Amino acid sequence: MTANAAPAQGAPPSRFARAGRNKVGDIALTVASGAAILMVLLILAVILGDVVLHGAPRLSLKFFFTAPQQGMTEGGIFPALIGTLAMVLLMTVAVVPVGVATAIYLREYAPPASLLTRGVRIAVANLAGVPSIVFGLFGLGFFVQFVGGGLDRVFHAGARVWGQPALLWASLTMAVLTLPVVIVATEEALRAVPRELREASLALGATKFQTVLYVVLPQAVPGILTGTILAVSRGAGEVAPILFTGVAYFLPNLPRSLHDQFMHLGNHIYVLSTQSPDVDATRPLLYGTVLALLLLTFVLNLSAVVVRAKMRRRFAGGAQ
Amino acid sequence: MPLADEAVMHAASVRLGRSRRDPRSDEMIAPPPPVSRKRLVLLPPPRWHKAAEVVIKLMALAAILAVVLIFVFVAREALPLLTSGEVHKEVTLTKMWTAQQWPGYDQPDHVWQPVSEIPKYGLWPLIAGTVKVTLVAMFFGVPLGVGAALFVSQYAPTRMREIVKPTVELLAGIPSVVLGFFGLMVMATWMQDVFGLESRLNALVAGLALSFAIIPVIFTISEEAFGAVPRSYVEASVALGAARWQTILRVVLPAAGPGIAAGVALGLGRAVGETMIVLMASGNAAILSAAFSDSVRTLSATIAAELAEVVFGGAHYTVLFYLGTLLFITTFIVNFAGDWIINRMKRRLGVPL
Repeated sequence: MTANAAPAQGAPPSRFARAGRNKVGDIALTVASGAAILMVLLILAVILGDVVLHGAPRLSLKFFFTAPQQGMTEGGIFPALIGTLAMVLLMTVAVVPVGVATAIYLREYAPPASLLTRGVRIAVANLAGVPSIVFGLFGLGFFVQFVGGGLDRVFHAGARVWGQPALLWASLTMAVLTLPVVIVATEEALRAVPRELREASLALGATKFQTVLYVVLPQAVPGILTGTILAVSRGAGEVAPILFTGVAYFLPNLPRSLHDQFMHLGNHIYVLSTQSPDVDATRPLLYGTVLALLLLTFVLNLSAVVVRAKMRRRFAGGAQ
Repeated sequence: MPLADEAVMHAASVRLGRSRRDPRSDEMIAPPPPVSRKRLVLLPPPRWHKAAEVVIKLMALAAILAVVLIFVFVAREALPLLTSGEVHKEVTLTKMWTAQQWPGYDQPDHVWQPVSEIPKYGLWPLIAGTVKVTLVAMFFGVPLGVGAALFVSQYAPTRMREIVKPTVELLAGIPSVVLGFFGLMVMATWMQDVFGLESRLNALVAGLALSFAIIPVIFTISEEAFGAVPRSYVEASVALGAARWQTILRVVLPAAGPGIAAGVALGLGRAVGETMIVLMASGNAAILSAAFSDSVRTLSATIAAELAEVVFGGAHYTVLFYLGTLLFITTFIVNFAGDWIINRMKRRLGVPL
């Protein structure tokens, strides 16, 4: 505090009195910070504009429902779309129960200052900051080699069934990556549930768990939904964690079991834009794929915003 | 209290199933339908509730378990670098961190060429690449993110804020592979046309594309920090006769300082670890130089580009997991610092956690 106060003490009071300089200063600061926000909005507009302009002519039902043909210069993105959906679905099944349970524990059960609570919080914050490529390494080292390899040794006499990159391992890796998203969103929702509701339930003789299950959780459903949507949007766009844990550039068939590889929209964009032998020939398909992925993530993000806004309005004037 | 009496009478008539006289209208009220006694008795909670509580507590440990497992399993694959004689024939820690005299070179040099006749694992070109790209990203990202947050929180009218804030957060929703695509296919061409740089993909293009990913991070946390400055600070400053800009620069900005620093730290952590953007837009040439117009290769992009083609358990494989361990530790420290600052700020300003 003393360090902050020092320059203020040194400033002569006359500076505050000059009205003309105040106006100039205000204009300068407004223009400078206004330029920053305009620049940010401009960047967003240019990216979206470019993608929509070049990608929109490509979008059609046929584009969504046919497989790539002729060395990725014709056809559509059907297998990548299905692969993304399958991965995201499995991920959701894995991450939502764990994320919601963690948030319930943190908000409803744990003493706020206990060592365990602080440990969980630190872990969640750091999990959110681990680089996505490290999740990829982890998925390869843990899920594919340790768990998958172990299953093969026990059940398949060493034959490679589970000990290779697969849909299941990619989904689980992505579930670990999106865990903080679900936890944070659910916790926010639980925090917004008014205390009076819990107290009323407890006063009626309900146990702690009954209160959580029948009173608190139903109120928090929109928040859990928000977290799930954000996690799905993240999972649909991330590529680095699945590069070595299950994604494939091109597959003639759709994945049929959990230990098959799969195609993914994000990976499709990566491969099309870096490893194409003829960039100009794949460009239209590439722009179409980018627009499809952007549409998917934006629709998801927007619906998360809408659900959250509804939730806030419902609890307006509630606790905290 | 007559109302309470009435409630008691009503409850009694419910229990007995008798009709009674309404005290206000003097008319007979039909008896309410008989209620099953069972529903009035408080049931003991089913036994599975206890089990569910235990499960919840165990699941809460998943986050801690995940962080520990990530570190253990990434570091485990890197461990042969220290212990395995087989790996030592090709690479040691000393060979990675110090300049080596390679055949064909005039003087000892740091070289990253893992797939050549004599594999060379000099780390410094990758570290220099990571630092260069990160510096460019921070150079553009910090002023834009903080400036935008300052405008939105201090100058923008409420209506405008409600539109602008989610719009900027939309930028956060753009997957990094799309930003990488944009850097590679669009920005690189524009920048080469404008600046006439020798290599089309370089630290500038990758850093600029990377800044788009960290701007929303810095913006969101800075905006929150500006918003958390107590009103009384601002009111005191204005009461002393300070102009709006003086209040912002000398009162609001210092008070929000730790929060902004935390946002910058989290943005830094993101920039160091971000993979797809640099993998696609940096050119991926491991050159040790100070020029930002040179093509660069970062730690994260190296892992992503090379891991698919290595022999499991080999020297190259081990080195890539070692790079992953370095990245994990670096971002862990940066994020930890950022989080620590945020918590300290919240406590100082008395914001509930």
